[in-house]
Amino acid sequence: MVVQQTWIMGAVAMVLVVEDDRAVREALQLSLRRQGHDVHVADSGERGLAFLREQRPDLVLVDLMLPGIDGFETCRRIRAEGDLPIIVLTARSDDFDVVAGLEAGADDYVVKPVEPRVLDARIRAVLRRAASEQQASDEHFGDLVVDRTALVVTKGGEPVALTPTELKLLLELTRTPGRVLSRQQLLSAVWDHDYLGDSRLVDACVQRLRAKIEDDPGSPRHVRTVRGFGYRFDRL
Amino acid sequence: MNRRWSVGLRLRLVAAFAAVAVGAVIATTGANYLSARNTILQGVQDRAMDTLRTQVSTFAATVPLPPTQRDLDALQRRLNGYVAVFYRELRSTGGPPTEELPTEFRAAVHDSDRMLFQRGLWSASAPYLMIGMTVRTQNSAGAVEPTGLEIYAQISLASSQADISKLAMWAWVTGALALLVAVGIALLAARSVLRPVRELNVAARRLADGQFDTRLRVRGGDELAELAHTFNSSAATLRHNVGELRRMESDARRFVADVSHELRTPLTAMTAVIEILEQETDRMPPDSAVAARLVAGETRKLSRLVQDLMEISRFDAGRAGLELDEWEVATAVRDTLAARGWQDSVEVELPEGLVARLDRRRLDIVLANLVGNALRHGAPPVLVRLWQEDGGVVIEVSDGGPGLPESVLPHVFDRFYKADSARTRSEGSGLGLAIARENARLHGGSLSAGNRQGGGACFLLRLPGVLV
Repeated sequence: MVVQQTWIMGAVAMVLVVEDDRAVREALQLSLRRQGHDVHVADSGERGLAFLREQRPDLVLVDLMLPGIDGFETCRRIRAEGDLPIIVLTARSDDFDVVAGLEAGADDYVVKPVEPRVLDARIRAVLRRAASEQQASDEHFGDLVVDRTALVVTKGGEPVALTPTELKLLLELTRTPGRVLSRQQLLSAVWDHDYLGDSRLVDACVQRLRAKIEDDPGSPRHVRTVRGFGYRFDRL
Repeated sequence: MNRRWSVGLRLRLVAAFAAVAVGAVIATTGANYLSARNTILQGVQDRAMDTLRTQVSTFAATVPLPPTQRDLDALQRRLNGYVAVFYRELRSTGGPPTEELPTEFRAAVHDSDRMLFQRGLWSASAPYLMIGMTVRTQNSAGAVEPTGLEIYAQISLASSQADISKLAMWAWVTGALALLVAVGIALLAARSVLRPVRELNVAARRLADGQFDTRLRVRGGDELAELAHTFNSSAATLRHNVGELRRMESDARRFVADVSHELRTPLTAMTAVIEILEQETDRMPPDSAVAARLVAGETRKLSRLVQDLMEISRFDAGRAGLELDEWEVATAVRDTLAARGWQDSVEVELPEGLVARLDRRRLDIVLANLVGNALRHGAPPVLVRLWQEDGGVVIEVSDGGPGLPESVLPHVFDRFYKADSARTRSEGSGLGLAIARENARLHGGSLSAGNRQGGGACFLLRLPGVLV
């Protein structure tokens, strides 16, 4: 797996905005363009997916409420194709929506109406790739191998396709095996949520990570839940 | 309370029934007893008097006048029973002793031409009947004149007394049985009256608890049935009205939620671009710059209002969830202050080491609101104190301002309540404290407002039982 360059603040990122409301679409386009991004727009999930077949943006911003195939389904299809980072934009207030969006594969979410500054910070956090560590050697955890230099993860010799967020989470957890990390610690380390994040982001990402690196995601042996505290990575 | 009431009513009913029964039994049995006793005694008396009269009329004529002691004894022997015969100073040797015959009785008999009787007692258990008569004869001229002979008889009433006692005992037995039956009937009656009353009581309590579908079974057509019927129709009306009110309230709340939701989309577009407008104000003509800043500021306020409306709608709809995790409370409070740049304008008393299970985001909302209000509306020093209580924590936010007027205190948590009617619009949405209180309640805690003794508003956030 070839990992792209570490994202540098201020660099141009290609962002696809999938939003059905014309005003919101135009305003987001305007705002993000001024933040220095290369913005493309689509007014439906279908058009968004069609765009993705032709080009590869750095990030997709998807509204959950879309005509035709909705935001959840759009997320699932993007995720099925690969590790493209996704931020969902939700106008609905139900916590259920957020959870469903995260389960569909979103890396982060923002609630409408969102301040451009907040949105930009979230975008940059998601795009900031895991930094490779020069001195580190391959670490073996059973049949799981984490290469901190090349940022490659293999399981039983096969490369594991992780999204940037999942990779960052795994690197964070494996940095201190056996030590419990609280959700808030993980939020600030992986998502750059400075002081107040939604711990469901962590839970959803842990679920996806387990599905990829555990033999039995239902009874995980590496990424263990420590009730009331957070998560712990076990060597085995 | 209610139990005692029910027992009291039953007791009263039983007592009334018993009183009626006892009264009736005393009246009827007592009258029966008296008349039966008289009949028995009268019978005994009449028989004794008839016998004596017959015997005297048969044998008295054979006695020569004036009689000797032997004549008196002979007559005495011929007469049946316990009899004494007197003639002037003489008396028969047999029969009841003279001292047992009261002098007044003897005087009365002496002066009377009729047979007299008197009842007396030999001892407590031995009543007797005393009969006395003078013997009269017809003289040659055909006039009736006393012979001077007086005859006294004593008859024991012991066997009659036994009959009478038996009668009295039956009266008592009948009375006791009647009383038992009366009490039994009274209990049955009390139950038949009290059961509907108790049912009504239970139903009324259920209704008070908000179970508006409570109905009573209507039995028969008496007053209690009528009462049950009235209760049922009241409950039905109440249910209808309350249902209507609830429906209207939930409609209103849903409307607010829907409107807020609809406002979000245009607000999202506006919020996304106001920053651009603000950045351009330097290059705009003055009027346009003012207008742009105004639009930007108001859009942010509107955005905050809509977010708060959505938040309170979530509480109203019961969709607010609690994301519990363990937090060092002092650190959490400090982080909240630091995140808003308040660490220098707020004094804190935060003991370290209190670890609690709580929703960090919701605690932050409450604290940010309380401290924000204190900084905006109060005066320094704004103080945040934390202490342990009831296995949980209490966080106090107070300021050194004039405090809240007494008339305002009960309303500070009301939605859109404005302490100063002249101030049309404040910085906040008017929902901040309402949301803060809902967040406290979601944790099983409370949020209360008051004033410190030295003045200054003081808000207490109590989160009992959250300590790990």
